[in-house]
Amino acid sequence: MNRIVFAAAAVFALLPLSARAGDEGKEIVIGITLSTTGPAAALGIPERNALDFVPKEIGGVKLKVIALDDGGDPTNATNNARRFVTEANADIIMGSSVTPPTIAVSTVANEAGVPHFGLAPMPFTAARLKWSVDLPQPIPVVGKVLYDHMKKNGVKTVGFIGYSDSYGDLWMNDLKAQAAAMGIQIVADERYARPDTSVTGQVLKLVAANPDAILVGASGTAAALPQVELRERGYKGPIYQSHGAASMDFIRIAGNAAEGVFIAAGPVMAPEGQDDQSLTKKPGLALDTAYETKYGPNSRSQFAAHSYDAFEILKRVLPIALKHASPGTPEFREAIRKALLSEKEIAASQGVYNFTEQDRSGVDERSRILLTVKNGKYQVVK
Amino acid sequence: MNTTILLLLAQDGVTNGAIYALLGFGLVLVFAVTRVILIPQGEFITFGALTYAALASGKLPGTAELACALGFVAFCVEMFSIRHQFTTGRLVRATALYILAPALALVLAQFACRGTSSATINIALSLMIVGPIGLYLYRIAYQPIAHASVLVLLIASVGVHLALQGLALLFFGAEGMRAPTITDVAASIGPLRVTGQTLAVYIVAASLIVALWLFFGHTVYGKALRATAVNRIGARLVGIRTVLSGQIAFMLAAGIGAISGILIVPMTTIYYDSGFLIGLKGFIAAIVGGLASYPLTAAAAVAVGIVEAFSSFYASNFKEVIVFALIVPVLLARSLSAPIMEEEKD
Repeated sequence: MNRIVFAAAAVFALLPLSARAGDEGKEIVIGITLSTTGPAAALGIPERNALDFVPKEIGGVKLKVIALDDGGDPTNATNNARRFVTEANADIIMGSSVTPPTIAVSTVANEAGVPHFGLAPMPFTAARLKWSVDLPQPIPVVGKVLYDHMKKNGVKTVGFIGYSDSYGDLWMNDLKAQAAAMGIQIVADERYARPDTSVTGQVLKLVAANPDAILVGASGTAAALPQVELRERGYKGPIYQSHGAASMDFIRIAGNAAEGVFIAAGPVMAPEGQDDQSLTKKPGLALDTAYETKYGPNSRSQFAAHSYDAFEILKRVLPIALKHASPGTPEFREAIRKALLSEKEIAASQGVYNFTEQDRSGVDERSRILLTVKNGKYQVVK
Repeated sequence: MNTTILLLLAQDGVTNGAIYALLGFGLVLVFAVTRVILIPQGEFITFGALTYAALASGKLPGTAELACALGFVAFCVEMFSIRHQFTTGRLVRATALYILAPALALVLAQFACRGTSSATINIALSLMIVGPIGLYLYRIAYQPIAHASVLVLLIASVGVHLALQGLALLFFGAEGMRAPTITDVAASIGPLRVTGQTLAVYIVAASLIVALWLFFGHTVYGKALRATAVNRIGARLVGIRTVLSGQIAFMLAAGIGAISGILIVPMTTIYYDSGFLIGLKGFIAAIVGGLASYPLTAAAAVAVGIVEAFSSFYASNFKEVIVFALIVPVLLARSLSAPIMEEEKD
């Protein structure tokens, strides 16, 4: 008898996720692949943490969220995405945390015809336009706020130091495209890698070139390394940091050297200072309060906001899609895709989304703010 | 390019080079004695750095618990392997080494992070925690396959490296840490600013070289290690316990790695996975030294540091490429000059 029970339990456990659900149409399956280990763990972990604060049901239908780890590796991300499609019969796929696995997930989603929410900046090609949307602000949108500030403060020459990978390249290219057109001259292009222990050489060259301002194209706490070194080597001009650096950990690591820095950020970093009619204020406050209650003061994170915002968007589009078709069917996925296009002014913590056939990130100037650091705290620059 | 920049770059290069030299020594030491290419050396840097940083900021480092857990596993492995030659003496020794030592370190760490402990105590505690981790790893992962080929040992090393990196993420989180400097003393010599921290790096590197030289030349254990390195079977025949040699080598390597980490963490941010790349540069130095010569390794390490500093100035985009390309001509020269040896047989 016992053996039969065991065998039944084993068979049950081995069944694919979809078959076990049994009562299809009663829940919406959402597959999320994140880089909670590996070099992108600093991004993937807050993204996973934020899943604690997303709704459990939308439009009266239960959401079933499956989160897997891809370690930042495109191969793993592809496998995860295929599992979502084939085993879990997912209606929505999200992820991943950095660009290469995000591209991989997007490829699978577009093949299978499943709506995909990218959580890292990714380049769009014709083959990915149909089913993928991307939540993080594209670099040209964020860069503009920095260049405008430079221009306003009479910066004529700018030096660049950034990652020697695609993130650094994206910023350097945008600097060339936008700032150069505004009459700001680029006088230095220096690169370093995230695990580097010293940027002395690069910083000495920057200080020798003596630009009016310096832009750092790096992310996370590694962006603090040139910040500290530049101040130590006596650079007095303003230092600009990208939105990849805007975190509380940046201040913790850079210490006094962070004072007076200008950092572009998503609005979720400072919802308190926003106008009451601003659409990003309410979701931003909701997420930050919930997140900091659970993970400690000053733990708010833009990465957590990306996965949270994906569900903010779902809150708007799923009720519409549910009117047209029932979950688990290709018609339902098509309805989600259409609803993403028809819904306008979708408010989230990091921006206001208006997706179109061509603009798949859908954000405007409301998706970025400029911060500075004063007495170890972020302040909004008006 | 003027003299000031030249001097500043050279200073930066020598400082980093001194740390690579320490790591190179650890690699040469372990390879000579056990034929293991110690890829997890990088993790010892991370563990040392983050343990010290955690203690300095008044937090209990996760490595203290990790050492206890690994010690317990090592104890079980030891008990299993001596089950046929069981004596009370062995049980007492194993209990002291694998259970009591890490437990003591954990208790001390708990005391240290409650009050404000001095830098010296924090350094000593970090070494007390990380050093034994090396020993336990040898007991768990390498001692059972000590007679396998270099390739098998290398594969085991890769496994240990991956496992430790995962544990580091678990214990320290994904964000980096930075520790306060050991001393704030600074002096200016012309354009150069020599901080107490860089001075500490030079002093520690130099004194470790002397200490290793004294250890290998003038102590029984050191001579035993050297004998094991020259000929394992011969060493066993004259009564040297090669297992003990391996354990000592690993503990020393872990200690050296931890010291490097402690020296470097006030100067830069260390992440849970930073150690690997730093360790790789020590590895280049060790390769140039043929995984055998300490003075050659030291010279190569300083050269690596200086090349790195200058390439970061001239062509920062290609810094790693230039540094790691250094290894190619060395390997070419070595393979051309070395006599052809037969493939290793198992």
